[in-house]
This record gives sequence, structure tokens and C-alpha cells, in this order.
Amino acid sequence: MTDTERLLRHRSFVELGARQRARALLDNGTFRELLGPFDRLMSPWLPRQGIVPQADDGVIIAKGKLAGRACVVAAIEGGFQGGSMGEVGGAKIAGALELAVEDNRNGIPTCAVLLLETGGVRLQEANLGLAAIAEIQAGIVELRGHQPVIGVIAGSVGCFGGMSIAAGLCSHLLVTREARLGLNGPQVIEQEAGIEEYNAGDRPFIWSFSGGEQRHACGLADAYVADDVERIREQLLQLLGQPSANRARQHAWYLQRLAQLGAEAPQLDAAAVRALYQGDAQ
Amino acid sequence: MQTLNFQFPAVEPGRGRSLVGCVSSGDLEVLIEPGTAGRLDIQVVTSVNGSEARWEQLLQRLFSGRALPAVKIDIHDFGATPGVVRLRLEQGFEEIGHD
Repeated sequence: MTDTERLLRHRSFVELGARQRARALLDNGTFRELLGPFDRLMSPWLPRQGIVPQADDGVIIAKGKLAGRACVVAAIEGGFQGGSMGEVGGAKIAGALELAVEDNRNGIPTCAVLLLETGGVRLQEANLGLAAIAEIQAGIVELRGHQPVIGVIAGSVGCFGGMSIAAGLCSHLLVTREARLGLNGPQVIEQEAGIEEYNAGDRPFIWSFSGGEQRHACGLADAYVADDVERIREQLLQLLGQPSANRARQHAWYLQRLAQLGAEAPQLDAAAVRALYQGDAQ
Repeated sequence: MQTLNFQFPAVEPGRGRSLVGCVSSGDLEVLIEPGTAGRLDIQVVTSVNGSEARWEQLLQRLFSGRALPAVKIDIHDFGATPGVVRLRLEQGFEEIGHD
């Protein structure tokens, strides 16, 4: 295959909008959107602050099938307000997870896929966004007791803030090279730590710490795949059949690794972080 | 932020609905659905204040000399250029035809 052929056959996932992403992952013809844009469930808070809202508040909820299994997909549109979680969008995701839990209780096994492209809470909606994120996290924890909840961070926004904790709570986490995962975004860290320690404009440096490849090498993500619709779907189906790494329950192990750094922790580089997380597995 | 309303005479019935675009930087979201018989209604919510004359001119140019369908169009604009607005509206009308 020539390079041109390969390029033409390649279907980028990162370049798709949130709705197209959800459609691309679900089995052909099974995509059914709930609370779609024509229902116009929009943020009541943004217009009051002079900000243009979006008809779906940047969150797409779809029911469908994944290799024949009932599934609910929540996809965040990173292009709208940085994928930030407001009251409405957050409630849509939390509600979808809660309904999936109810389905499972009623004998209809339903798994969930979260397409996370978010800077975290929407600052304009403050506590209402934070409350929604807390509900999403509670929903993930409850649902993963019944069926897998798979988080996908494809990029290029990445997953930050309270939603990075939600990502950590998922049964499985799938990332691409474009993905980033971190509690604080680069600009926040630069502001707090100083540009000498953390330069948010240095992209290779940023990705070397919070990029998908590094997070996977550190064991904080379960699958690392190329930006390709088919590959991501294949990997997703594979994860559905695997037992969860149950990272959230291993907090003691993680705390012990971090404690090894001591109070006078040196400035780490990417390799040192990998070594720290890989521990005895090295 | 500013909300603008426009109306044009329509001759064809509206049918189907479509959504194109996204409220991201330099882009806009267009929702088209069947509206009131005989007219095409457009509501524009735009992040650019003082752009009423520009929208008026743009829509006039786009819709003049065409047999318009009776649809209701909702636009959420985040600073799209006239070229992008035109592309999105054409795309929206074309997607209705695909249903």
C-alpha cells in the first residue's frame, strides 16, 4: 500500500465531532439520540452572561448497540466551550448513567461509553457544574458494578479537572496519542508553579507528562491506540470483554509509590514518572 | 451577545430537519425544521455585537432569487465569517434532502 492509499483509507476519529464519534462507534444503524438538539435543552446560564449557548449544551447522549450489546454513549463536544461541564450537559450524562443502572437492575444489561473531551467544570456555571460532575462520578461507580463503563479520551482537548477523576473511575480507559489526561490543565499548573517549572507552551514537554502514550505507559490507561475509527472500535470491543483493572481501588498502592518521592521531591522527567508508576513491573 | 430575527417569504412547504456545525470558535450551529406556511423565519444568536447589518446583507444575498421552503432556522453563531455562514446554511439545506 502506498502512503497515499493509506492516507485515503485512514478515518480519523479525532477529527470527528462528538455526534459523529458516537455514531461511528455504535453498530451501524443503531444510533438513537436522546434529548437531541431539537429538544433545545440549553444552558440557561450562558446567555445571561452574554455567551452563545448550543442546542445540545455540548453533550450528545445516544442509545445503541455495541457488537449487539445494549449500550449508552455520552459524547462531549470539545469545540463548544472547551467541552466544559455545565448544569444541563452534566445532568444529561448523569441521567444517562442512572437510567443505564436502572435498566441493569431490571434485567437489561446495558454498558456505557463516555467520550471525554473536556476541560472540566464550566466556570460560568460553577457549583451547578461541580454538582453534575459529582453525580456523573457516582453514576459511573454504580454502573460499573453491573456492566463496564469505558472512558475514551481521543483528543485534542483531552480530559481535565473533575472529569479526569471521572475518567479514573471508569472500568477501562482508552487513549490515543493526541489525548491528554490530568487533574489540572497545563496553563493552571504554569500559573501556580511558574514557567521555569512548567511551560504550558512547550507542547512536547506537556505531552511527555500528560499525553496518552505516557499515561498508558504509567498504567493509568488500559489501551493506547492510533487515531483511527476502526482501531478504536476494535479496541473498545476488546475492553468490553476484559476484567477491569480496578485502578480506583488501588489507591493505597498509588499513595505508597508517591510517598517514595519524599518531601524534597526532585523535578521529574517523563522517564522517571514511568519508573515510579511501573514499580516492580519494570 | 445579540439576538436578531429575520423573515423571508417562502413558497415551498418545509419538510425534514437538520443540524450542522458547532458553536466553536469561528463556526456556528444551524438548526433547520419545518416552520409556518408562507414564511422562512430565522433567529440568529451571535457573539458579535453590532452585526445586524452584516447578517441582513448576507441573508438577502443568499436567499434572493430562490424559491424558499417554509422553515424555521435557528442559528447559534460564535464569530463565523460570512463564507462559513453560507457554507453551513447550504449544508443544512442539503442534509434535509438526504433524509
